[in-house]
Amino acid sequence: MTWSDWSWVLPEAFSTFSDDVDMIYYVILWVTGIIFVITEGVLIYFLVRYRHKEGRKATYDHGSSKLEIVWTTATLVVCLALGIVSKGVWDTMKIDVPEGAMEIIVTAQQFEWHVTYPGPDGALGTADDFEVLNQIHAAVDEPVWIHLRATDVLHSLFLPEMRVKQDAVPGKDIPVWFEATATGEYTIGCAELCGIGHTTMNGTLTIHTAADFQAWATAQAQRPRPRP
Amino acid sequence: MSTTEKDIASAVDAGGQHDHHEIPWIRKYVFATDHKMIAKQFMFVSLFFLVVGGALAGMMRFQLGFPGQPMPGAGILPDAMMAPTPNGAIMLPEFYNSLVTMHGTIMIFFAIMPLLVGLFGNLLIPLQIGAEDMAFPRLNMASFWLAVPAGMLMLASFAVEGGAAGAGWTSYAPLSTSGEWTGVYLGQQLWLVSLTILGFSSLIGAVNYITTVINLRAPGMTWFRIPLATWSLFVTAVLILLAIPILAGALIMLLFDQTIGTGFFRPEVGGEPLLWQHLFWFFGHPEVYILILPAMGITSEVLSNRARKPIFGYHSMVLALISIGFLGWIVWGHHMFQSGMNPLLGTSFMISTMAIAVPSAIKTFNWLGTLWKADIHFDVPMLHALSFVSMFIIGGLSGIFMASTPVDIYIHDTYFIVAHLHYVLFGGSLFAIFAGITYWFPKMFGRMMNEPLGKVHFVLTFIFYNLVFFPMHNLGLQGMMRRIYDFTQYDFLQPLQPMNQFITLFAFALITTQLLFVFNFFWSIFKGEKAGNNPWKSNTLEWTVPSPPPHGNFAEMPTVFRGPYEYSSPESDDDFLPQTTPPREGPGPSSGVPEPTPTPEGAEA
Amino acid sequence: MTTITADRAPMAGMKVYHLKLGMWVFLLSEVMFFTGLIGSYVILRFAHPEAFGVPGEVLNVPLTAFNTFVLICSSVTMVKAFAAIEQNDQEGLQKWLLATILLGAFFVGVQAWEYTLLASEGFVPMAESYHAIARGAAEGSEVIGGPLYGATFYTMTGFHGAHVSIGVFCLCFTLYRARKGAYTAGNLGGVEIMGLYWHFVDLVWILLFTIVYLI
Ligand code: HEM
Ligand SMILES: [Cu+2]
Ligand SMILES: [Cu+2]
Repeated sequence: MTWSDWSWVLPEAFSTFSDDVDMIYYVILWVTGIIFVITEGVLIYFLVRYRHKEGRKATYDHGSSKLEIVWTTATLVVCLALGIVSKGVWDTMKIDVPEGAMEIIVTAQQFEWHVTYPGPDGALGTADDFEVLNQIHAAVDEPVWIHLRATDVLHSLFLPEMRVKQDAVPGKDIPVWFEATATGEYTIGCAELCGIGHTTMNGTLTIHTAADFQAWATAQAQRPRPRP
Repeated sequence: MSTTEKDIASAVDAGGQHDHHEIPWIRKYVFATDHKMIAKQFMFVSLFFLVVGGALAGMMRFQLGFPGQPMPGAGILPDAMMAPTPNGAIMLPEFYNSLVTMHGTIMIFFAIMPLLVGLFGNLLIPLQIGAEDMAFPRLNMASFWLAVPAGMLMLASFAVEGGAAGAGWTSYAPLSTSGEWTGVYLGQQLWLVSLTILGFSSLIGAVNYITTVINLRAPGMTWFRIPLATWSLFVTAVLILLAIPILAGALIMLLFDQTIGTGFFRPEVGGEPLLWQHLFWFFGHPEVYILILPAMGITSEVLSNRARKPIFGYHSMVLALISIGFLGWIVWGHHMFQSGMNPLLGTSFMISTMAIAVPSAIKTFNWLGTLWKADIHFDVPMLHALSFVSMFIIGGLSGIFMASTPVDIYIHDTYFIVAHLHYVLFGGSLFAIFAGITYWFPKMFGRMMNEPLGKVHFVLTFIFYNLVFFPMHNLGLQGMMRRIYDFTQYDFLQPLQPMNQFITLFAFALITTQLLFVFNFFWSIFKGEKAGNNPWKSNTLEWTVPSPPPHGNFAEMPTVFRGPYEYSSPESDDDFLPQTTPPREGPGPSSGVPEPTPTPEGAEA
Repeated sequence: MTTITADRAPMAGMKVYHLKLGMWVFLLSEVMFFTGLIGSYVILRFAHPEAFGVPGEVLNVPLTAFNTFVLICSSVTMVKAFAAIEQNDQEGLQKWLLATILLGAFFVGVQAWEYTLLASEGFVPMAESYHAIARGAAEGSEVIGGPLYGATFYTMTGFHGAHVSIGVFCLCFTLYRARKGAYTAGNLGGVEIMGLYWHFVDLVWILLFTIVYLI
């Protein structure tokens, strides 16, 4: 174990909105960090300063309405400000799926991820769709729109390096999107307890260059496969 | 006697008998109706469950610290839990899931909740408001004797075919709807039945507490003279009263899904899995406040007493309690940000959650204010109360991270959540329980707990506790999911192995340290230093009666003249001024005057 | 025998006697219990309108309307019982309690009968065997609604029926005590809280009837 294991720095992330998320995280970290240092500091100071000493009586005092009003308002303002800052990023991540994103279907099932691609015609639900298991492939700088589904129980699609997490609910089709900003291999995880094999329900997210992705998709589409 | 008075008298008769005859052994210790005995019964049973819950946690930590390695001594467990190998027994994933589930369930429902509500509610409410007993002593007995079979059913589920429930303490549907998904059939049903019974037990307890506080206050005990411990228990009882029936309804629906095959939460027949989450958390968020409000009350009590100073802002403390009681109902969705609930709702729940952080902050600031210019005595109860305050600060602040929806996307269902909930429930509630037990131990048993031993226990617990749970924040930030049997299955989590091992080792140390408390507890019951009526020089009513108080508590109905926190008042030569001491100037109100005029220096100031 | 209050100064609280206050408090939690059930029903119905039938299609509204009337009558007889004991009229108390018991038991009986009728038409709580057909339709006709309809119907009305049954049971106990002369004009707490419970259960039924049968 090294000191860096105690770090409060977030691991690097590679999606278009990850910087915004991390920024809010660091803002909260600073705000709460300062509050933490002040409150715990005051606490320790009081403990030392006002520890029992023979012959000294505590001050008889019931509080101060002015102080109550000040700290109530201050906390309220800080908390609501954090809420307002958060709202915009949340909407971007969960509501505003960009136009023209590549649509794929990810279906979670005990204990694997079935990923369906539209195939050469670019449309889902047609005969040339193809499916891969436990791997998502996408092109860098291209938005991906995942139709997240489940067949049995709840699962949760977790792409830590993309700052994406969304439960998959049987009977629902939940939109999830991200746009990777760097090529590479990343993690797919399941974050919702889904049964005995939950721990093994992982996979790989591969972000290709646009050309590589095309090549991969073409190769996959041509691969002979049994049609369900 | 007017009609109503006769009504009252006969209604009370129906509630319980107060003859001072020789009480048979079985009525005194087993089927007891005396609130103090019931408090002790709850204490012993829930401390037992605390030990069980701790043991389950220890096994879980072993697996996380040494994934897939044989566990020493685990060979005695059945093969369905630990797979035998030539090198020793290795934990199975289904057993790990049961451990996660049962640890959470037992700690929350069978340890922390009955300690706070069953022990302190029963012990303190009648004593602090000047009542002889609860309004319905026999109902009180029923409350305890329902909790016992509930606990036994919960434990028994480990022994049935398929093992104990394994869908998490939150029991999310559809995983929990059928053994087809988890391999657990009967265990999951026992879990539901047990919690339903326990819910009923809590419910009748709550009816009793509420009635008692409203009806049985001694003359002069106006609402704003009630000690904060009782205030918090009162608000808690209201939350229990209104939240438990929601849970009960949900549990029964889930039980129907499992047994007779209804489809409430089963999507394959058109049911709605998210409905379970909404019902569960509509109960569940009030529940987490049920688990913290009494702890806040205990802390306020100990802090003010050991600081020999009036509590800072008594009124805003009460208002904060009440506003938590209201706001607690509109924030449940913050557990469901990633559940697939409409994201627009997510934003409204974020705003309400940010708002509910405010009363918690107010309370914290008021505790700090209480210490300002105080006269602080570092006895064992005080040390625990102080660590409640400092740990609750951490738990509250980490809540802000998760309340922010975009940040929660990343940390939801990771160890960050585990860290948060242990900072509020162990750092918060459990430290307050230690504070409360050591503080009221003399009242319960007539003897003090051993001070040096208590200090050693406190220091070790405080250090080990932080070494175990603080790094869980870091694990979560690195992306380690919660409820995961073997995190090394993920390449990106493998570097976290040393940290996990570190946590596990200190978790063992933390668990072992608790033996000191157990020893101190039992040793002090028999051998502790004898305590007088009021060893802490406290103001509240429970310290005006003998330790332990006799059946019926108060030989004479106490009359209350002031608020509970008149420490270091100039009106008194000593540094405390009991609620029952008549004001110095002028004659005290004759007994029988229900609302004596408040003294100018009173807490109403 | 000493009591908590009789030989002592008045309490700071105590505007109503314990039992009555306790019953009010308990009823609050009952309100939440039915709120949970009814709320779930409303959510499920909004989310899956196709899973529920049109009023009167599967459920027998006239029969239940009659049964509702019976239950309302039982509230009236309960009021009469309380009024009787307020006048210290022992005979009246027993008579009206008995009437309430009979009406309550009749309500439960009709409900049980209704259940068997519905079940024979495939309207059952079990999702896998649900195949409700319209009332009077031939065997094998089009299935109406879905499993959620059956499950919510039986859960809500069943829990209400259980409350009525428990009420009847407690009323029998009250009647037994009344026959032994346990209540007087000055000591009628037991009758009063029984009445509170009974009226509450009645009120819940009117809500349930409206929501489940009429809307
Ligand atoms: C100061 C204010 C608090 C805030 C803003 C807050 C916020 C939150 C949020 C947003 C979550 C959900 C996180 C997630 O699952 O992604 C959460 C979880 C949790 N909180 Fe808090 N919380 C606060 C105080 C408390 C207190 C006082 C307690 C209890 C004593 C508590 C107990 C819990 C528990 C047990 C969970 C985890 C539930 C589970 O198993 O999923 N929290 N909190
Ligand atoms: Cu999973
Ligand atoms: Cu919550």
